[in-house]
Amino acid sequence: MSEYKTLIKDGMWANNPAIVQLLGLCPLLAVTSTITNAMGLGIATLLVLVGSNVTVSLVRNFVPKDIRIPVFVMIIAAFVTIVQLLMNAYTFGLYQALGIFIPLIVTNCAIIGRAEAYASKNTPLLSAFDGIMMGLGFMVVLVLLGAMRELIGQGTLFDGANLLLGDWATVLRIEVFQFDNQFLVAILPPGAFLGLGLLIAAKNVIDAQIKAKAQPTQEAEKAPRARVTSLT
Amino acid sequence: MIAKSMYKNGAILCAFALATTGSVAVVQSLTETRIAEQEKAQLMSLLSQVIPSERYDNQLYLDCVESDAPELGPAGPHIIYRARLNGEPAALLVRHITPKGYSGNIDILTAVTKRGEITGVRVTRHEETPGLGDKVELSRSDWITTFNGMQINGANDGRFAVKKDGGEFDQFTGATITPRAVTGSVGEAAWYATTHFDALFAKDNLCAGETQ
Repeated sequence: MSEYKTLIKDGMWANNPAIVQLLGLCPLLAVTSTITNAMGLGIATLLVLVGSNVTVSLVRNFVPKDIRIPVFVMIIAAFVTIVQLLMNAYTFGLYQALGIFIPLIVTNCAIIGRAEAYASKNTPLLSAFDGIMMGLGFMVVLVLLGAMRELIGQGTLFDGANLLLGDWATVLRIEVFQFDNQFLVAILPPGAFLGLGLLIAAKNVIDAQIKAKAQPTQEAEKAPRARVTSLT
Repeated sequence: MIAKSMYKNGAILCAFALATTGSVAVVQSLTETRIAEQEKAQLMSLLSQVIPSERYDNQLYLDCVESDAPELGPAGPHIIYRARLNGEPAALLVRHITPKGYSGNIDILTAVTKRGEITGVRVTRHEETPGLGDKVELSRSDWITTFNGMQINGANDGRFAVKKDGGEFDQFTGATITPRAVTGSVGEAAWYATTHFDALFAKDNLCAGETQ
């Protein structure tokens, strides 16, 4: 069971793909102008991540080490194309809103990163769970950032949720406050960088407080991990 | 030794390539009709927005021609849908592009009747600044409905311009380039459609093959 706990902790917090590993920044920064877009890309990434993790884990004993990267790339590309086709068929409006960023999930390093670092060494069940947790961790950051930008930029929450969830979801739209002119910086890419920076800073502050409370028991890192923002 | 492992790796890669493209092909064939339906539904709802339903009675998406005219912008050919009422030519729905926007091309759909009356205009794709130039979208502002009912009177009809340039259209605070590009392009396209009305209706239908 402890393995699952570690996976939850890593995916959602300690090794979060978006705010610790800083992977997949291109879609993260580009589509988080509203919660709906963020959630749509988050779900698409989650599906691809789980699918590719399970498949990579299933074939891990048949694929020679020398050619594993091209094989992983083919698996990931196939899943992205399938998700893209399904979104095109069933969530057409959102598909058009996200545009080029769905095929670009292929280039999200978090996915090949998990395939290489985790799924190629673990059982399908654990890999699927890792995919879910990493995907959720990524999606939570996307949605948070989307909420911040949508609120500051255009004063609404869940604008256009009907594109993702069907027509009933128009009632979810909340107009928090009204501007004559939108606050452009939040909607344009600089707002995404600033927002992500603030999220990372907030995480580091919380980490520092937790560390200060706990007894300083320094444990050695078990394995090297791609960590960019919380260097110890 | 090396040759042997090369053959083996090649065979494995080949198998994966077949399996992955095969699964994509299966999903593609399963979703194909549904995607085509979605695209058709979207096109139909777009076309019906620019022309009132009592002005035509044919299936618009099944009746179209193409045109390379420079008035309709670069990157042609541009699609023109033909609306008929009781078999008689009623209006042309012109897809045109202007490269004069603030960032990138702006795709526009304009419907013009035989007499040169504009029944509706929609911007179908653009990359203008959110909050400023994107007011050309109907979901952001009803500015685009200013075109409804306007009559085009000549190649350089001065009314198809922003007020700053002596025309009839509001410019947006902080964004004049976008409405200037849209009004200018709609004026040119509407005049082209009016002057070539009969010639365009005389051409062969290019969309008839897409039945159902």
